[in-house]
Formats: sequence, C-alpha cells, structure tokens
Amino acid sequence: MSLGKTEVEYISRLSAIAVEENEVDQVAAKLSNILDLFSQMEAADTDGVEPMAHPLDQVQRLRADVVTEQDQHEKLQEIAPSAEAGLYLVPQVIE
Amino acid sequence: MHNLTIKQMSEKLHAGEITSVQLTQHYLDRISKYDTELNAYVSVTPELAMMMAEQADKKLASGEADLLTGIPVAHKDIFCTDGVKTSCSSKMLDNFIAPYDAHVVSQLKKVGMPILGKTNMDEFAMGSSSESSYYGPTKNPWNHQAVPGGSSGGAAAVIAAGLAPMATGTDTGGSIRQPASFCGITGIKPTYGSVSRFGIVAYASSFDQAGPMTRSAQDSAWLLNAMAGFDERDSTSLQREAVDYAAELGQSLKGLKVGVPAEYFGEGLDADVEAVVRDAIAEVEKLGAEVVEVHLPNKDLAVPSYYVLAPAEASSNLSRFDGVRFGYRCENPKDLEDLYKRSRSEGLGAEVKRRIMVGAYALSAGYYDAYYLKAQKLRRMVRDDFTKAFESCDVIMGPVAPTPAFNIGEKTDDPTSMYLADLYTIPVNLAGLPGISVPAGFVNDRPVGLHIVGPYFSETKLLNVAHQYQQVTDWHTRMPAQYQ
Repeated sequence: MSLGKTEVEYISRLSAIAVEENEVDQVAAKLSNILDLFSQMEAADTDGVEPMAHPLDQVQRLRADVVTEQDQHEKLQEIAPSAEAGLYLVPQVIE
Repeated sequence: MHNLTIKQMSEKLHAGEITSVQLTQHYLDRISKYDTELNAYVSVTPELAMMMAEQADKKLASGEADLLTGIPVAHKDIFCTDGVKTSCSSKMLDNFIAPYDAHVVSQLKKVGMPILGKTNMDEFAMGSSSESSYYGPTKNPWNHQAVPGGSSGGAAAVIAAGLAPMATGTDTGGSIRQPASFCGITGIKPTYGSVSRFGIVAYASSFDQAGPMTRSAQDSAWLLNAMAGFDERDSTSLQREAVDYAAELGQSLKGLKVGVPAEYFGEGLDADVEAVVRDAIAEVEKLGAEVVEVHLPNKDLAVPSYYVLAPAEASSNLSRFDGVRFGYRCENPKDLEDLYKRSRSEGLGAEVKRRIMVGAYALSAGYYDAYYLKAQKLRRMVRDDFTKAFESCDVIMGPVAPTPAFNIGEKTDDPTSMYLADLYTIPVNLAGLPGISVPAGFVNDRPVGLHIVGPYFSETKLLNVAHQYQQVTDWHTRMPAQYQ
C-alpha cells in the first residue's frame, strides 16, 4: 500500500505531529513500507478466532471508590513548561 | 572487585570484608574511566549512589541486611527515579526530573541497592540497537563498531563492561533478551504482570515487562526476587503468592523435555548463530535433557501483528507528551494546535514519530478491523501455538536473534529490516510468556545468546535450566579484554 500527501496530512492530524512539506515524501515512503509489512497479515485465516487483548485473559481489577492520591499539584507543576496559580498555561483558545 | 560474582560480593559485604561505599566507589571510578567511550549511561548519580551506599553499610552493620543490600544497580532510563532525570533517551524528556519512584526503583531502594545511574536506550524503548537515543548510540563493549542491541542496550553494555554489577531493563518486543544476547549477558523477561509497570514510561502497556539484566542466571534470580510482586498501582499486576525465583536453582535437568521449534531454524537465521545455538542445546542434552521437535506454525505472523499492536498502544500512551504538563515545549507556539504539533514534532525522534503515526492510522476509522482487530486475532493464534507446543515439552530453546550484533548505522535507514531483528523474541511478548537469554558462545568476537522460553510462571524453571548450563560452561563469565 502506498500513501500519498493527503494520507500523510491526515495521519499528521490524527497523531498531532507536524510534518514539514519537505519531509512528506520520505515519511510517506517509510510509512508505506510498514503498511506493506502489515499486509502479510491478510493471508492468515482468522475466521472464528477471538481477538486477544491480554495474555492471561485477565479482567480489570476493581478497587474501593475512595481517594488514594494525595494532592501534590505544587510538586508536579514545578516541572511544567508554564504554570501559574495551580493552572497550566497554554496559548489563548477563546477570544 | 568487578570480577566477583554477586554471591561473592554479598558474602564479603555481610562478612565486613568490603563495604558498599568501597564497592560503589569502585564502579563509579570505572564509569568515569570507560563510559565516555561506551556511552552506556545517560546520567551517572555519584552523590545519590554514595549516600545510599553509606545507608547500606549501616544496614549491613545492623544485621538486618538482605542478600543484595549494598550491591549497586543501574536503572534503565525508563524507570522514574525521584529527583533524577528520567529521559527515556528522548529530547522530549531531556528536562524531566521524575517526581516519584517507579515501583521497581522503590523496591530496590528498600533492599538498599545504591543507584549508580540511568542507562541509555532506544528512544522510548522503540528500537533494537540503542541507536535512536537522543544522547547518541551506545557501543557494544565486545566490539565498538557494533550495536549493543536494544532497547535496553545501555543496561546490557554496563553489565558486559563491568560498569555495574546488576541492571534493570524492560522488554516489550525483545528489549531485554536481544541486547543480552548481543552483549553476552543473562537477561530474563518474566511472565507479563509479574513486575509492576508503575513508574515505567509506557510504550505498549499490554507487552511492557521489566526484568533483571545480570552476568549469571543466579544473579538474575536474586534480582528478580527483589523486583517482582503484586502492586495495586499497576492495573495488570498479577495477584499471586510470593515466589522465590532462586528456589529451583540446583535441580537436575534429567528428564527435562526441550522443545526445538523447526520454524526457528529456517530461512533468515545466520548459519554461525545456528551452530552456536545447536551446540548449546547439545550441552543441555548432555545434562540429561531430552530434545523433542515442536512447531510454531504462525511464527511469521508475529512480527506484523506486533508492529500493529505495539504502535497502536504507543500512539495512545504517548499522547501524554503534548508540551503542556511536563517535558519539551516548542518556542513561541502560535496557537494550541501549533503547540501540540510542534512540541511533539520537535521533541520526538524519527522512529518514535513513525510508530505513533502508524499506530494512529491502524486505529483510525476504516482501518481498525483490517489492522488492529486482525492483529489481535493473530496474537491469539501465536499464543495458542505455544500452548500446544508446551503439551509436549517443558521449555523451548532456539536463537534470540537471527544474527550476532550488527554494526552501528547498518540498519538505521531501513526501519522494517530492524523490525525483523526481533522475530524470535516478539512471539514471546505477544503470548506474555517468560523468556531468558543465556550467553552461549561467539561468532568471531560477537556474543550469541541461547533463548529459553517456558509456560506462564515457569521463571524458576527457566532460571534453573540456565543456571545448570552455566555450571558446565563459562560464556557468562567472560569479559571483553579491555574491560577486565
């Protein structure tokens, strides 16, 4: 399968990763190679096979609905690129 | 001191013949001397190490010490370490000082194992050569032209070169076993869920599993004892009775049934690697084991299945790197979307971006059934192959990787050829089984490992099989001449 510019732009949006104009061809070529690898799956007969998400078919463990985390936002926000008054700062979204 | 076994180190520490401070300083000196060339550490933490060594000496003096108290350890830079940079070898996390400890780190701190530093790896554990690190490639101590394997390449290199007595690693598609093979050390990936994933930077959560990387199987058993166990903070941590992974060391291999999968010795396997692996299996036979042929017919479907599923999980896991809460943020974002897209584009390396993109595509509308669901069905088929094979054998033996360590730069332009370096390890991750790489010989000057895979929860058996093999061979004790 060969991807073109439109698909690369679509994937760039899906993954929130910028792809520069001059990189499009190279990105398309390498992603296409990987999709060729995927196409090896097509020939396998998977009729009646259940998809497997967990090796031991384990179910999600439940816990009591009580607060277990301590509030440590000050410590965690020390490493934020930009934070003020307990809030993370980003470029203005609403005028 | 670096030529002592862990058992000897432990005995000398407990007898007061050496101190943890001396031992830790010895390794820090070796790191200063050798690591500029090797580039196996991302960060070295001498102050933390010496502080912990002093505490360990007090614990040893008090008589309350554990077997591993005072023995230094190097953590792969994927384990969050409180107050220490935890970069995952990515520009994205180059400024990330972890605010807490991973479960594995806190477990080993409790034992009193001084932290020497954090080891280099493929960026976000996505790779098989440790070349995709933001900090540059790690060299293979056996041959500086060669890669150490990956993604836990730094961990394997520090053990091989004697720059740490013990190391932690993680294995999502082979990242403990393949570098262990390439560097001539012992490394085990336990059954999925045995070691808590809490505080390990997530790549593909349904595969990620941590394990020990050491010289011998006995060392690995001891370190795994300290690493494994139930942790409620990991939603897939297994609730089981505590296991002593060293319990079976010393048992005879008489009557052990060793399955050798015909499919693992076919096309693509380097003839010299095959010879080493077959010799190792013959050695195990001499110890009383019986070899039977088994089949894993869906082996070739494992690589494409894994490269759908792991990137799909990665595309979700790595969405947290958005330039907002921590990590890299681009300069002068013009709006929020630009902030997300450019922070990710500038902060992540080429292979990581490729996997996120492929994963997002595989999960997208119109492709989900053809890629993701299909891959999950193949995952079950690969697992069922193993279940069937274990009806006629106790363990499976074969190669870890199709070749010995390749050269730095050899595969970097062709990602899909790099993916095939993991064709023998990936099926084990898909199935969630335990697997170990044991040093078994050399091709020229490059080490080759023997891969031993067992049923779920057979770690004690795998470690004993490796241990028995190491009683009659000395591959695991060899060191590259310049580091002796």
